Amino acid sequence: MDTTLKLKINNLPQLFAALQSRGYTTVGPTLRDEAIVYDRIDSADELPIGWTDEQAPATYRLKKRDDNAYFGFNATPQSWKRYLYPPQRKLFSIKKNGKSLELLEEKDSNVKYAFIGVRSCELNAIMVQDKVFNSNEYKDDSYNSIRKNLFIAAVNCTQAGETCFCVSMKTGPKARSSFDLALTEVLTENEHYFVVEIGSENGASIMAQVDAAAVNENEIEEADKIIRQTESTMKRSMETADLPELLSENLEHPHWDEVAKRCLTCGNCTMVCPTCFCSTVEDVTDLAGQNAERFRRWDSCFTMDFSKVAGGSFRISPKSRYRQWLTHKLSSWVEQFGTSGCVGCGRCITWCPVGIDITAEVQAIRGVETQSEGSFGQQKGV
Amino acid sequence: MIETTLENKTEIKSSMVPALATIRRAIWETDDTFTLLIDPPADGNAFAFKPGQFNMVYAFGVGESAISISSDPAKPNMLAHTIHRVGTVTSTLSKLKRGDMIGLRGPFGAGWPVEEAVGKDVCITAGGIGLAPLRPVIYSLVRQREKFGRIIILYGARSPLDLLYRVELEQWSKLPNTEVIVTVDRGDSSWKGHIGVVTNLFSYIKMDSRSTLVMVCGPEVMMKYTVEELQRRGLSQEQIYISMERNMKCGIGLCGHCQFGPKFICKDGPVFRLPEVHHLLDKKEI
Repeated sequence: MDTTLKLKINNLPQLFAALQSRGYTTVGPTLRDEAIVYDRIDSADELPIGWTDEQAPATYRLKKRDDNAYFGFNATPQSWKRYLYPPQRKLFSIKKNGKSLELLEEKDSNVKYAFIGVRSCELNAIMVQDKVFNSNEYKDDSYNSIRKNLFIAAVNCTQAGETCFCVSMKTGPKARSSFDLALTEVLTENEHYFVVEIGSENGASIMAQVDAAAVNENEIEEADKIIRQTESTMKRSMETADLPELLSENLEHPHWDEVAKRCLTCGNCTMVCPTCFCSTVEDVTDLAGQNAERFRRWDSCFTMDFSKVAGGSFRISPKSRYRQWLTHKLSSWVEQFGTSGCVGCGRCITWCPVGIDITAEVQAIRGVETQSEGSFGQQKGV
Repeated sequence: MIETTLENKTEIKSSMVPALATIRRAIWETDDTFTLLIDPPADGNAFAFKPGQFNMVYAFGVGESAISISSDPAKPNMLAHTIHRVGTVTSTLSKLKRGDMIGLRGPFGAGWPVEEAVGKDVCITAGGIGLAPLRPVIYSLVRQREKFGRIIILYGARSPLDLLYRVELEQWSKLPNTEVIVTVDRGDSSWKGHIGVVTNLFSYIKMDSRSTLVMVCGPEVMMKYTVEELQRRGLSQEQIYISMERNMKCGIGLCGHCQFGPKFICKDGPVFRLPEVHHLLDKKEI
């Protein structure tokens, strides 16, 4: 079988059907609450056909396109993280029986997800979390139980969002590996189709169930041209050279105080980030105090509770909490997991209520080292 | 093929689910600090530990706390946790009696360098509850007394009534080539010993700065001043180990809470050789 195929838009529903016939729950982008979100969708007509988003620091708005593109938008508010690593998961139930306790462990999920429309930045984020949850002696079994059954249909970005900076992070806009299928949407005056690259045996076997034709040189070139255009129109960037060292050597840089004046410590950036993995645990009991449950749920390093011990919180100032997030993401993450924690999706910029821009903050810290003191004030995000 | 770093499922059952254990006895050490003696869960060997390691101790319906193991590692069939009653979990644990059950996950973390101390002088410096994670080291040293040089135990508490393990301190002080010096922040009418911070005690001993290994555990500020004092006395950072505390939810490097720069206190520590963390100790709110 060819490794690249042409899938006409009218045959896209067959891809959904093929995946569902193999027991996959299909998840993809759809319109909900005036946003494009990832949700369970059963057919291609639930995709946000003809819609796009306008993003900027602290701004997200849906907009009608003047064409019928199926994937003509950029990063959704939430990433795929919530499927692989659910915001809340029960760990166990426990029951009191006189003096003794009886514990019932929550079983791992055996759900089979097919993600349709994974962008290259998000694919990289999944690979980052693969490392996070498997880097030491103790693996995250619940993550792995969902991850091992995952089917990934990536979609290459045909436009650059205002807050995107994947090119500088070397994570996009084209999916390079680790997918089952990678689709590039081509929409010309006469034709609407996907160039489908097959990335795994599983991907090939799914495509065998779908009516797809051979693709010619021109069509491949057309798809590549669109991706190159996405690349060349991406405005934001982050200079990553020596970034881990730059940040770990500048823990007392005056710019942290400057960001802290704007940061509301709301934690939005950590919730929308596709790699942020911190969690806490919560215990609940019934009124009689005989039955209890324990849950794991997402947590954010922006809360005071996050660093709390008997003697108080270690990170009280907003400055220290923002610094923890940024230095972890871009610096200590590299030492911990051998990769940056940032994939350049830009969600933290879009969803920060005051529009703090991670790329501008990094530039400001870099600025003092290479430029005069006065210049960094002008580079801040808002 | 999907390229991943997934590996085969770990042999450890589910690391976020505790094993159940039964309290054998609860002993009040001071007004607010108690020791739980615990029969380990059925598979007792799973709870064999190294000095300095901790367990996540679960109180029914309330939550978990990371608590160091304070018993003798040579006797894994009877675990002890010495616990300072400060929050909701530890208050609940303080009310438990013989026969009550708790949950345990562990043992987790890197321990004290007992092997490295063989043939050397050892100085144990503890502040307050910091003596609890060091007690397993002392048991190990005492058990093979001839393998180690001089043993110096320096211990500071808030007041005479806050001293932990008084009977054992007395016994250890009678061992050959072993000194135990205790100080309190505030004395009382019956107190005839030293008054002041634990770092003052270094002036009462003459340490061989070349052959001594120092293990320090106490409040962070106490460890900071102790480290400075030791360096003034000519010890290198390589000779000093400290045990650190941070908020911990998982104990296994997955929840992110205990990060200290690039280190996860739970899995890279809690015991660190000083050079691993020294550069961050002076920074505020890391």
